[in-house]
This record gives sequence, C-alpha cells and structure tokens, in this order.
Amino acid sequence: MIASVPGRELNPRLALQDHWRAMRRETPFHSRLAALDFRNDWYSWAGCKAPLSLWDEELEYFAIRSQAALIDISPMVKYRIEGPDAETYCERVFVRNVAKLRPGRVHYTAWCDDEGHVLDDGTLFRLAETRFRLCCQERHLPWLLDSAIGFDVTVADETEAVAGLALQGPTSCALLKDAGFAGIERLKPFDLAFFPHEGGTVTISRTGFTGDLGYELFVEAADALSLWDRLWEAGQLRGIRAIGYTALNRARIEAGFIVANADFVTAEHAIRADRVRMPDEIGLGWLVDPGKPHFNGRRAILEARRRRSLGHVLVGLEIEGNVPAEHALVYHAKKKEVGLVSAAIWSPMAKRNIAIASLQRPYGDTRKDDLWVEIYALREGQYMKLMKRATVVPRPFVKLDRRTATPPADA
Amino acid sequence: MKRWDAIVIGAGHNGLVTACYLQRAGLDVLVLEKNDWVGGAAVSRSLTPGFTYSNCSYVCSLFRPEIMRDLELPRHGLQVIAYEGGAVLTQDGDFLGNYRDHEAHRREFARFSARDAEAYDRYSRDVTRQCRFIQPLLMRTAPDPTSLKPRDLGELLYLGRKFAGLGASEMAQTVRFWTMSISDFLDEYFETDVIKAYFALSGIIGTALGPMSPGTAYILLHHYMGEVDGSVGAWGYARGGMGAVTRALAASFQASGGTIRTGAAVDQVLVRNGKAEGVVLEGGEEVWANTVVSNADVKRTFLSLVDERDLPETFLRRVRNFKIRGSSGKVNIALDSLPEFPALPKDSPCLRGDLHFTDSVERMERGYDDWKAGRWSADPFLDVVIPTTLDPTMTSPGKHFMSCFVQYCPPKVEGRDWTDVDRDAFGETVISQIAEYSPGFRDRIVHMEVRTPRELEAEVGLTEGNIFQGELTFDQLLFNRPVPGYAQYRSPIGGLYMCGSSTHPGGGVMGAPGRNAAAEMLRDLKRGTRHMSAAHDVI
Amino acid sequence: MTSSEAGRFDAIVIGGGHNGLACAAALGRTGRKVLVLEAADRLGGAAGTHEFAPGFRVSSLAHILNRLHPEMVAGLDLRKHGLALSAGAIPSVALSSAGDPLVLDGAYGERLDGTIDAADRSGWSELRSLLFRQAGILKPFLSRRPPDLGAMSLGQASLLGSAALSLRRLGKEEMREFLRMVLMNVADVLDEHVGDDRLKGLVAFDATLGAHLGPRSPTSLLGLYYRLAGEVAGVTGAQALPKGGMGAVAAALARAAEAAGCKLRPSAVVGRIMVEKGRACGVTLDDGEEIRARTVVSAINPVTTFLDLVGPRHVDTGFVRRLGHIRMKGDAAKLHLALDAPPRFAGLAEEAHRGRLVIAPSVDHVEKAFNPAKYGAYSPEPVMEITLPSLGDPSLAPAGACVLSAVVQFAPYALKQGWEAGKPKFLAAIMAVLECHAPGIGRSVQHAELLTPADIEARFRMPGGHWHHGEMQVDQMLMNRPVHGADGYDTPLDGLFLAGAGSHPGGGISGAPGWNAAKRVVEVRG
Repeated sequence: MIASVPGRELNPRLALQDHWRAMRRETPFHSRLAALDFRNDWYSWAGCKAPLSLWDEELEYFAIRSQAALIDISPMVKYRIEGPDAETYCERVFVRNVAKLRPGRVHYTAWCDDEGHVLDDGTLFRLAETRFRLCCQERHLPWLLDSAIGFDVTVADETEAVAGLALQGPTSCALLKDAGFAGIERLKPFDLAFFPHEGGTVTISRTGFTGDLGYELFVEAADALSLWDRLWEAGQLRGIRAIGYTALNRARIEAGFIVANADFVTAEHAIRADRVRMPDEIGLGWLVDPGKPHFNGRRAILEARRRRSLGHVLVGLEIEGNVPAEHALVYHAKKKEVGLVSAAIWSPMAKRNIAIASLQRPYGDTRKDDLWVEIYALREGQYMKLMKRATVVPRPFVKLDRRTATPPADA
Repeated sequence: MKRWDAIVIGAGHNGLVTACYLQRAGLDVLVLEKNDWVGGAAVSRSLTPGFTYSNCSYVCSLFRPEIMRDLELPRHGLQVIAYEGGAVLTQDGDFLGNYRDHEAHRREFARFSARDAEAYDRYSRDVTRQCRFIQPLLMRTAPDPTSLKPRDLGELLYLGRKFAGLGASEMAQTVRFWTMSISDFLDEYFETDVIKAYFALSGIIGTALGPMSPGTAYILLHHYMGEVDGSVGAWGYARGGMGAVTRALAASFQASGGTIRTGAAVDQVLVRNGKAEGVVLEGGEEVWANTVVSNADVKRTFLSLVDERDLPETFLRRVRNFKIRGSSGKVNIALDSLPEFPALPKDSPCLRGDLHFTDSVERMERGYDDWKAGRWSADPFLDVVIPTTLDPTMTSPGKHFMSCFVQYCPPKVEGRDWTDVDRDAFGETVISQIAEYSPGFRDRIVHMEVRTPRELEAEVGLTEGNIFQGELTFDQLLFNRPVPGYAQYRSPIGGLYMCGSSTHPGGGVMGAPGRNAAAEMLRDLKRGTRHMSAAHDVI
Repeated sequence: MTSSEAGRFDAIVIGGGHNGLACAAALGRTGRKVLVLEAADRLGGAAGTHEFAPGFRVSSLAHILNRLHPEMVAGLDLRKHGLALSAGAIPSVALSSAGDPLVLDGAYGERLDGTIDAADRSGWSELRSLLFRQAGILKPFLSRRPPDLGAMSLGQASLLGSAALSLRRLGKEEMREFLRMVLMNVADVLDEHVGDDRLKGLVAFDATLGAHLGPRSPTSLLGLYYRLAGEVAGVTGAQALPKGGMGAVAAALARAAEAAGCKLRPSAVVGRIMVEKGRACGVTLDDGEEIRARTVVSAINPVTTFLDLVGPRHVDTGFVRRLGHIRMKGDAAKLHLALDAPPRFAGLAEEAHRGRLVIAPSVDHVEKAFNPAKYGAYSPEPVMEITLPSLGDPSLAPAGACVLSAVVQFAPYALKQGWEAGKPKFLAAIMAVLECHAPGIGRSVQHAELLTPADIEARFRMPGGHWHHGEMQVDQMLMNRPVHGADGYDTPLDGLFLAGAGSHPGGGISGAPGWNAAKRVVEVRG
C-alpha cells in the first residue's frame, strides 16, 4: 500500500504540500503592511501579496519626493552567486564589466541569451570578493545554473530567505542615522555596507528605483519585523510612510527606469519571435562592454551593431499637453506608425507630460523630428482622440542633485 | 424512392459535425448509425441503475470553439465544467499537484526541484510557440505536395512562409521538436522524474508509441492545441458525460432539419460507374444519395463497406498499410462513495481533475514494452477522472463515477483474440493499481465496465480499438493522413468522402476533421461555406 | 613555452582519426601548411588495427567499409597511397541457429541465397530497389554542407531544389511514397513488403546499428537509408573488408596527408584551444607547448572540443546547453576473439563465412534486445554483426588460427550495475549466443577482448563511447548536427572549424565530414 509506505512522514516535501491554500504568499513584512493598510488594494507581485496603495496614492508619491517612503521589496527575485570563479562567472553572464565592480559596490546590469536578446535587467551587489547577489524581476535559475558549467561557483535562490526594504526620499539618510546606522551618510551612490542588527547583519546599499536619495536594506527574513520597527520608530519625525506600487511606478517613470515585461519583453518569455530586444534597443547599450572578456550574446550584439541591423530604440518622450499617453501609438508625420508608448504619466516633479516609448529605427534614433502620439482618453463614455507632438528627450526626466550628493544634506 | 443529398455513415462526433454543416448549407442530409444511440466514442450510457458513464472519451479539451459557435452547441445543451487541478501520486506516498494558479504551480514544482520550478516558463513558452505554429493547420485542408494545382501550391507556400518566418534558430528547434521523443524533449528542461512523467503523458495518450519513441513530442501538441487561442476553460468535463457533446450536435442537426436513423447499420456503399450512389443497409434496404461521407475509419470504410474492385490497387495497398493499432483500454467504475487517496488532502482541488499513478517516464516506457510484446501493461499508465466531483447529474447523490483510461492495451493478446477471462484480468490489473493508492477502493465498487480494444471495435466500430482512428506518426500526418494522395477528405470513388479521425488533423473530440470534410464537399458541390466560421486567429 | 614551430602552420587539425587525416590532406593539397595533432601514439583513431592477442590483429572498432566517401577516395588518390580491399565485396548473411541461413549476395541483397519463398524474393527485390531509389534522393546531401536555413545561399537553395527535382522525377506516386516513408520505422516498412523473419531481422539490425533505437522506433528507417547511400568501389550498398584491417585505411589517409605536405604528430595531446578576442588562434599542448595558426580544425568530439578545449567561458550559455543535450551514449560493444581455428556457423557454406554474419533472428528479437538499453541494462540475448577477417587476409592471424570481430548490441554506456560488474556477464551472454550459432566456438577461444562503450570512451577518447560522436537521429542531423550554431563545420569562434563524425553527415568510416570541412575552410579562407 503506497499510502502507508514506511518513512513517508519523514519526507521533507510533505511539509510543503499545503502551499496551495495560500496562493498569494505574505512577505515577512506583511503584518506591518496590513496594519497600515486602509484600502485593501493588493496585487500579486511574483506570487506575493503586495500593495498597490495603502492609503492614498498621491500622498504616497509625495512621501518619495518630500519625506521618506518605505517599500517592501521582498518579492524581488534574489540569487546568491558565490565561489572562487564568481567574478569570471559574472563576467561571462552579464554585459557590464564586472572586474570594475569592487566589493562593497552595486551596479545596474543586464544579461542576454546567445542571440544577444535581453533576458532581464537587474542590480548586481558585490558583497565580497567572491560573493554576489543578483536582484531582478523574473526567475532565471536554470539559465544561471547552466551558465555555471565549467566554473567553480554556486548559484542559489534566496528570494524567500532574504527580506528587502527600500527606503527612499530626501529624509532617508537622516532617518537611517537616527535609527542608529552609524556612518550611513558616507555611502556614495551604489555603495553598500553591512550594519549590525539584532545580532545579525543588515546590508544597506545606496540604491533605489525612484531617482531620489534612497537606500535598500536586506536582512534575513527572521529579522524583518524588527528592522521594520527600528526604521518606523526612527522615522516618526521624518515623515516615514509605507507606500505601494502605484506611487513607486510614478517615481520610476520620472527617473526613466524601465521595467522588464512592461517596457520590454524578456527573451525567455517572448512567445512571438520578433518581440525580443537587444540591449541597444532598450536603451541599455551603454552597459555593454565589448572590451571585456567574452560574455553571452557578445557576438550577436557586436554583429548587429556592425551590420546596423538593430530594429528598435527605446526613448524618453516629452508630449505636449497634460494627458498621459499610456499605451499610445507613436506616429511619424501623423501618418506612419513607428512605435508604442510603454509607460507614461504627467510628472508632478517635472510638470511635464512624459513617456517611455519603443520606436522602430531610424525613428527615435537618427530621425527624431515630426513625431506624434495618438492618445485615446476615455472621458465619460467617449474617447477623446488627441494627436499630440512628441519630442525625444534624455532620461531621467527628473534629475535631483540630492540623489548623488555625499554626504546627503540633513533633512 | 427518396434520394438524399448526402448520407453520413456513423453518428460519431465528426459525422454529426459534417452533417450539421451540410444540412445548414441547405442539403437534405441523412445520418445512419448502427447503434441504437448516437455518439460513436463520445457517449454517455447507463449500464447500471443510478449511474451514467462516459463510456469512451471522457474529457472535453480539444473541441474547436469555432464549431461550437457555428453549431450553437451551448444553446443545444452543452455545458463544459473545467478541471480544477490534477495530480500524479508518487510511490513514496507524496503527489505532484497540478494547480491552475501559476505561482502555486511553480511552488508545487519547487517542492521537487527549484530548478524545474523555474524551467517551467521556458518549457511552456517553447511548447506554446510550437502550438501556435501548428494550430492554424488544424482547420485547413492539408496541401498535396505532389500537386501543381494553384490551391495546393498556395497552401504549400503558406506553410513555407510560416516556417521561414520562425527565424533560423527557431526553425532548427522546430525540426528537432517535430522529430524528438517526449522523453528526450523533457530531459532538456527538467530533472525530476515525476515532473517529466506528468508532462510525458500527453505525448503518448492514444498512441501505440512509448514516451521514448521519436515523434512523441509532436503528439504533446495534439493534446495542448485546445489552449492557444484563448479558449478559456479548455480542459473539462461535459456535464452529463461526453454524450452531451454528441447529443448537442444531434439536437443542432435535427433543429436545422436533418434526419438521424439509429439502428441502421450500413453494409455496403453503393457504387455505380465509379461513383457513390447511396448505401445498402444490413438487411438489404437501399438508401440513395448524391454523396456519401463516412465517419468510420479508413480501413473499415474501404476494406469492408466498399467493394475492393471499385478501388485502385495503390490506394488499397496504402489503406491496408494504414497503421491503426489499438493501444488503450477503458475501465468505467460505479462507486458507492468517493474514494479516498490518503496522499491527497481531502479538500484538494487536485481531486477534481485527472489523477495518475505513473511517476516516472521509465514506468511508462516499460508499460509500452509489454504492449510491444502483445500483452497489456502489467503496470499500466492510468488517466483517472471522477467527473461526479463536479457533475451531480451522472449519479445519485453521494455516489460516484470513475473513468479510467488505461494504456497500454493491445488489440490482440499475444497474437490471439481477447477472451472474457483476459478482459477481467485486465480490469483487475487496473483496480489493483488504484487500490494501492486508495485503501478500501474495492469495497466501494458497485459496477464496472471493462473495455479492451475488442469492445471498442465491436461497439464503436473503431478498427483494432484505436481511439484516434489511426496512429499519429509522421507517415500518417498532414498530407499523409489517411493515405498519400487522398488526404483531402475525398476518395478514389466519386461522391464518397471521409470525415472521421482517420483524416487530417486526426483524433480526439475535436470536430476539425468533420468540419474540414464538410468544407471540401461543399466546395465540390459549389455551395457556399459562409456558415462556417474561419479558424480563429492566432496573433 | 613557445614552440619552435610557431608561425610555421596555416592550419592545425586536432585529432588524427580518419576524418582529421582526410581534412588535413585536403587542406594540404591547397598549399596550406597543416599540422595534425593526435593524442594517441599512433594515427587512425577509431579507424585502427591493433594486436589484441599475440599474433592476432583486428580492426579496433569499425571493421567493415561500406561508405568511404568516393569524392575523397578520388580526390586524395587513396588507391595510390595503398588503400586495398581484401577480397572485393562480401555478402551479408542472416545466420540461423536452426542451420538455415539466408545469404544476401551482391550489393545489399541483389540476390538471395537460401530457402525463402517466392513472394518474399519478389517482395524483397521490390523493397530493395525502392529503398535504393529513396536513398539516392538523400545521397547528394552527404557531400554538401547542411542547408543553412537562416541565410540560404544560391548553392544550398539549388541543392534543396535538386532534391525536390529528383523527387519529382520519380513520379507522383513514388514521391508520395517517399514522403510517407522517410520518417517511418524500419519494422513497419519491412512488414509492408516481406515476411521472412531472418531477412527482416537482418535489415532491422542494420537500420538500428549504432543507434539508440529499436526497429519499431519511428524514424529508424533513416539508418538504413544512410547505409544505402554509401558505396564501395563504385557499387552502392556494397561492403568490403580492408586489407590489413581498418588501420590500413588510416594509413593510406596518413600517406596522402604526408604527400600533401602535412606534418603528422602523434602523442601530442591538445590541452586547450587558444582563443583571443573571440578567435581561435592556436593550441596549447598538455606539456605547455603553444602552437599558433590562423585556422584550427577539430576532428574530435564536439563536446570535448568546446567544453574541454575551448572552455565554456568563450562560448554562450545557450550553446553550452545545446551541447549538453546532444545524445551520445553508445550502445554498441566490440568483441574480438582469438580462435585456434575458423568457426563453423550452422548451415553456412564455407565461402559465405567470409561475409558479414548477422545474428538478428527477427525484428521482435532486435526490438527485445533494445528494450533493456533504455533502462541501463544490456541485452540478455544480444544481436551482433560478425566478421572473420583473417579468412580473407591471413596476415591477421597465426597460420590455422582465426580472428573473430563482432559489433554487439545493445550494451548501454551507462550500465546501471556498472561495466566492471557487468562486463563478464555480458561477455558470457554473447558467448552463449555464439555457441548457439557456431557450436563449439567457446572451446576454440584462446583470448577474448570485449570493448564496452565505457572502454571505447577511454581508449578512443569518444565521450559516451558513441561511435558516431552523437546519435544519428533526425533531430541531430543536418542543421542540428552537432548542434545549431556549430552546424556546417563553422563554429561560434572565428578560425575554429569542426570536422569529425559529430558533424554532418555523421559517422561511419566515410571521411565525408573531414573532406567537407576542408572545403568549408577553403571557402571562408579560414
């Protein structure tokens, strides 16, 4: 009888059988978020319950720009990369030069398949000479493991083991100082450092997804709540506010950051063969270092550059008027369809109507004149069809000196 | 004497689909069915009081939505209830659950392997890509590659363009996919036996191949194709059993003025001067018609309903060589209470879907080795469903109907005909496998129907009991199905057509062969086909 | 350490097997300075002859010539360089333990000798010519690069076009028959034409020889097409034993290479292929010696080439993944027996003992022999192909004695019980089968050498002990041989080419991969 095989109850898999009873998993910070939540406006971020908004989207947005916003980023996918060959391994996987990334530093990077199509973008934390952490949107374990063939390195998923918080906004540095993270003001953008917390360690990096002064904190899941409480207490006089994705998304568009599977389709998820993109086609060409040792997709990327066969370009657009152009079609000379807006808002900081768009070259590349977006604004049962002029502008749309000033001004 | 516009031989689902489309085109159509009921292999029958079985086919997954719409099947009573899950029970007392939610699915895989959990997205992307490539071909007549007719050349060009549109690496991958075994294909994605077994079953259901046989990766598509064009709730039970599908078809046919005669077995197709003129029923009655279309498989149609002398030698030889091997059986069980599976939580949604007990590809392949040697599998692969967990209409309250699809089961036992003793021993093999996982299972059994290929052939008329009316191997796909030169629903005899699963695109309760056959007949009759929806776009 | 040979070579060929030598000789004839590096202490690779018992010599692996590439034989003047057949074409014999063998005479059974009914005689003759016609359609693909689907050149389009045309020339019904049959299993095809178990068993054996397929596996007919596309001395489908064993073929190729100015270096183990800026620029030997050249041709296993010699860090992950997916676990073992006298097979005429003797009594028998291989077990009743080369070439054995050479299936590389434990048991199983067909043979054995796939891997540096450096199945052919991205002899690395059996058109002692690769090198001026 299979149902009563000896030793069945010792099988560690059995303890995990009941996961389906909670299809949206709660993050280590969930109880704190739930206590602050008045809208019950949750969405699924990689299978976790995450807030779109907890109280009020606009207040949450202004917390990022004027005070300190606390964001639970635990659902972000995290991989630990460790071993004597960790650096050469990363060099082979990522398009950016990893030899230039010193221990204690973080950089934004991307990685590609053999055809040079972007598998994802993310941040690579060099925690030590031979230890890295990769944070990204999608899951890539098989790719990362297959990339490890021939390298003395281990790759492991630590998404659930490590909890993450982003603390973003002008008062964030002062807040952390108040919370007892001594020396935090010395961190330059993309620096990371380790601080003691409850007998353990919290890793704090001066990074974020808002284009503002801000930090990201990573801690063992068991220490998550005490870390939250430590920040929350220190933040009472600094205007700390827990926020959801809607506000964060506004800030990231202002900062000109792109989101995988929103602004571009990741190569392992693209069902239609023409939806994949090379780094140069999504504004990430600057990451690619052709001079460094071989990396995945190098031949294809250089070949495409040489043959000028890149099909698309990702641009920032400034659009006349104040109606957001989300998912609007982009035209040349009002006639020829040349692309699509993937993200757009009216920017409260820039006081401009801004958008991120993917265009077919040469439009947006060598031909930037006479671009238009067709906005369908649904107003009380009717589409208001607007044809608005669009100008290619550099990203970020909003540039803040406080993002880079070190030490940050005490706010 | 009345002369019908068209006679359809056999009231299986494809025969009825053809009949519906012809009748709706304004033809006067007669459907002749040898049994006293309609449905062919899509039937619900009560063999013991208080229980209705889906005697043969048991899942509604592939039926083309275009046909459901055209023939108004929901209006005529068809209700499909989606599966809520599914599970493979493992020999160590655990199970691999199939959950509809993507993250739950991933976490379930992660219990077995973190790597496999994350490999699933790439796997499903690659399979989806292949489905999207092949799916539009279902509702098209396969081109004849030896023909220079503009229509055939046009279709070939369409295929060529579609292929060329894939790009070099995808083309190379597509060639591999079409020719690989499901086992080798899965090895490229997954490392866990039970996960591979879970996917591999779709590569072998209904075929006389093992999961290690080249070409079985393609068969996977045959079972997945229902899902690519946004057909919501593709996998499900027909409320009231699979007979509900053919009952709705029959109702649709009769509502549009068609005539069905049951208990009317066709003995011969009447052929005069190389043209079909009607049929002769068993008992000698002649029924006349301008065209005749056969829902029976290609062997039955041409080797028993048509006089050999009316057929060209090459055609006959190819029909004789058509591979139509019974490989499966069916055990229908009436239960006086819901069986317990201690491995599964009592409230698990997996119970309201398909259950399997074969947790490795090797076990499936060994089951196939038995079949090759002319025996039923000692450790068979079962696809078990209990539709009454979701459909209370098939049994009285508290009672249950369990459908067990069983593979492998040979058309002959070690070269000789099946006996009742063999049949009972086969049934016992199945019951004892289930009882391994479900204590007290035997005691719940009220009644049981065991169907080997012998019963399938005798009742439904499927040669050798092959549920697809012919193997789905390369030599019998597309322009080779059923035989080269006659893959466009026509036959060497004028006015005699084929509409069963022996024709492109093949078996499963899909309806596409019936629809495509009707389209070709109407083309020959110079009748419009505007009442037939075009195939759904795959964009 | 930099070699004194620096700058002296235009091209380095890694691997001195028959393909490596063929490639080197062809390149040498274009005026290139070519160096061949062979890890073993003698050239030939798997195309060798060795002494396995005092006074007994045998073809080390492959023992029959049936597909030596005619274009190469002519192009390299191999006959002038000493290539000789021991006794012209030999017959195939379907042995029968009941003493009723069937002899297939002439090119693959032009005539059948033995008791067989008339219907099967005519059925066979029909099937045989059908198969030859169909193999003829595929034959032109052997001597060309596989079609490049991405950017089809005029030449390649014309190759496909001419294949289509030769199809059309066959007529409509034959074309239909070809499109139906091309991916069928050999058992079904046989059943459609003949009934004789011995005949069907032999053909089923031939179709699945060297493959991880049973005769009932779909696509198994392709193995037969591949065989029938080969030729010996201008006769398609013929077979012969090389005088002096297979080593003589390698020796002729080596002489042709030397005549073309190539330098041949045995005992030179390549440790790495040097890569600079994405370009192969030479090799480093195990002892540290560096030899540079602008072209490097690898005629060894493709996986060894990229994972061991180039290293994964110079190629992309997807490519490494594809390499890892190549199925190349061998199922064929090689048996060498030193016999004190020629054996007598039941019912077989003396002269017929010089043929290729096949023990594969029926299709079902071959299929049953295959079954355990799927699960890592050897066949308890193996099937095999036997030659007695010393009958036609007395130099191979002491006077009065006899060499038996057999390819035996199925012996899976990854034997679950391990070959150390399994080998003696498998040898006993083989000997039991032999005893059935040649009673008394066991007593006549002075020495037995059994090479399992694990031994073959170690001795010939063939990963998985696979004779063809990768299964010859549809999904590993043409543009997918060895993998997409390294098909057609090019590789992702500039200056690095492949030329072994792992490349199109595949295995067997043909030299075609090496010969075609040389043409490719010349075409891209590598």
